[in-house]
Amino acid sequence: MEKPNDPRARVEELAQTKLSDCYQCGKCTAGCPRGADMDLPPTRMMRAAQLGQIEEASKADSIWRCLSCLTCSARCPKSVNVSGVVDALRQIAVETNSVSPKSAKIIGFQKAFLRNVRRNGRTNEVEMASDFEIRYFFRRFDVMNVVNTGLLGPKMIARGKMHFAIGSPVKDKALVKRIFDKCKVEL
Amino acid sequence: MNIGYYPGCALHGSSIDYETSVRACMKALDVQLDELDDWICCGATAAHCINHKLSVALPARNLGIAEKMKMDKLFAPCPMCSMELKKASDELKANPELRKEMAEIVETPVDGTVDVVNLIQVFQTVGFDAIAEKAKEKLWRFKPACYYGCLLTRPPKTLQFDDPEDPTSMEELLKKLGAEPVDWNSKTVCCGAGLTLADEPAVAEQVRKILQDALDNGANCVVVACPMCQVNLDMRQADAKKLGLTQDVPIFFLSDLVALAVGLEGKDLDFAKRYVAIPNEMKKTDPKPEDPKPAKPVAAKKEGAAQ
Ligand code: SF4
Ligand code: SF4
Repeated sequence: MEKPNDPRARVEELAQTKLSDCYQCGKCTAGCPRGADMDLPPTRMMRAAQLGQIEEASKADSIWRCLSCLTCSARCPKSVNVSGVVDALRQIAVETNSVSPKSAKIIGFQKAFLRNVRRNGRTNEVEMASDFEIRYFFRRFDVMNVVNTGLLGPKMIARGKMHFAIGSPVKDKALVKRIFDKCKVEL
Repeated sequence: MNIGYYPGCALHGSSIDYETSVRACMKALDVQLDELDDWICCGATAAHCINHKLSVALPARNLGIAEKMKMDKLFAPCPMCSMELKKASDELKANPELRKEMAEIVETPVDGTVDVVNLIQVFQTVGFDAIAEKAKEKLWRFKPACYYGCLLTRPPKTLQFDDPEDPTSMEELLKKLGAEPVDWNSKTVCCGAGLTLADEPAVAEQVRKILQDALDNGANCVVVACPMCQVNLDMRQADAKKLGLTQDVPIFFLSDLVALAVGLEGKDLDFAKRYVAIPNEMKKTDPKPEDPKPAKPVAAKKEGAAQ
């Protein structure tokens, strides 16, 4: 039974799904391309959420392993929006700042992306990649990571795939910032 | 035919070759693209994993502009964009309160009435048979593995245009153009492109598995309808090879193959920007050698006459 302030209500509202619909059949995990790498694969995540362990589930690393491929939601025999629950837990994790250090890089990437959209209205890939790299570099020095993305950027630029200037700029950039502010996006 | 057009960030950035291919292909099919005024980013994965409201608002702004421009269809070649736009339009249509809230947030009325379509759906609108009639030569050299990835058909409730587990619309179109699509298992397995910069080892292994499955089933190329799939499967092949991928696999956009069939060539389609080189014989269509051309029977008759 849900008590007032039950954290499950927030997840259900964000994901627009009913947690108790899940009957733990395991089909979502069976089809998940990242299931094998997850500390809390989709079926177990659903169970934790059903039990009201929202805080614990939002700290799981697996919500940031998820590729948002929607296989789980598409296959669930009970039409549970499993990937929507992953998104809800991610939003809660970001809001409460309860992100595992292992996943900081992935969240750093998503935030760099949104900062970029907020500023430009559209994504500017070079600006975004460098914003992401600089912040991540200072947060946790990781030689392999810097080498890897450092190699990727020039490779893309060489093929004319990354552009220093954005194609055609958005005219009403102030409006985009207002949309972000009205949605209360914290970056 | 005119159609509203939402290019999306990828097509104006790292996948500019997709934009070239789509535009060239649509022109050849007499489809006029009317670009959405001052469109903004759809928010992609980042918006829906950080702020649900934003993930509706960004698409809603674009839908509002499309409604103002009186478009009835809005074509988004990137399946991530088309899925986000379509999902938002479904939510808006179903929920009057959300329409009110969003109109305030995005500063324009929005009802979600514009029909959002992806590349395959545009070809369906033109008609597979009508496209086949325009074909100059058959795509006889192509044995594509048609790769739908995750978002072209999902969520199935939102994108009801093909079977989410075993979609076949690309195969159907390409067969009509003379290609021989192979039967394979990985057509809807996610390629992991969403994490290209953020979690690289996982992505390389995902790419290896998908491409090896295509090769093992006799494919000589992979065809996609997604800019992220294309970049990921193309650029990551070097890493996938280190993990055991046995050979190079050229990665085409569906619009490339349709364009080749109706007579365009690699240079019209920006093939130079692909990481894995497109073999010369796949840069344009040519007559199949054993196919007797109309000229030959005439020659044979002459011989007969000489005898
Ligand atoms: S597929 Fe649906 S019902 Fe089965 S475990 Fe997953 S969420 Fe629960
Ligand atoms: S959306 Fe995430 S949890 Fe669901 S199947 Fe894909 S990777 Fe797994």
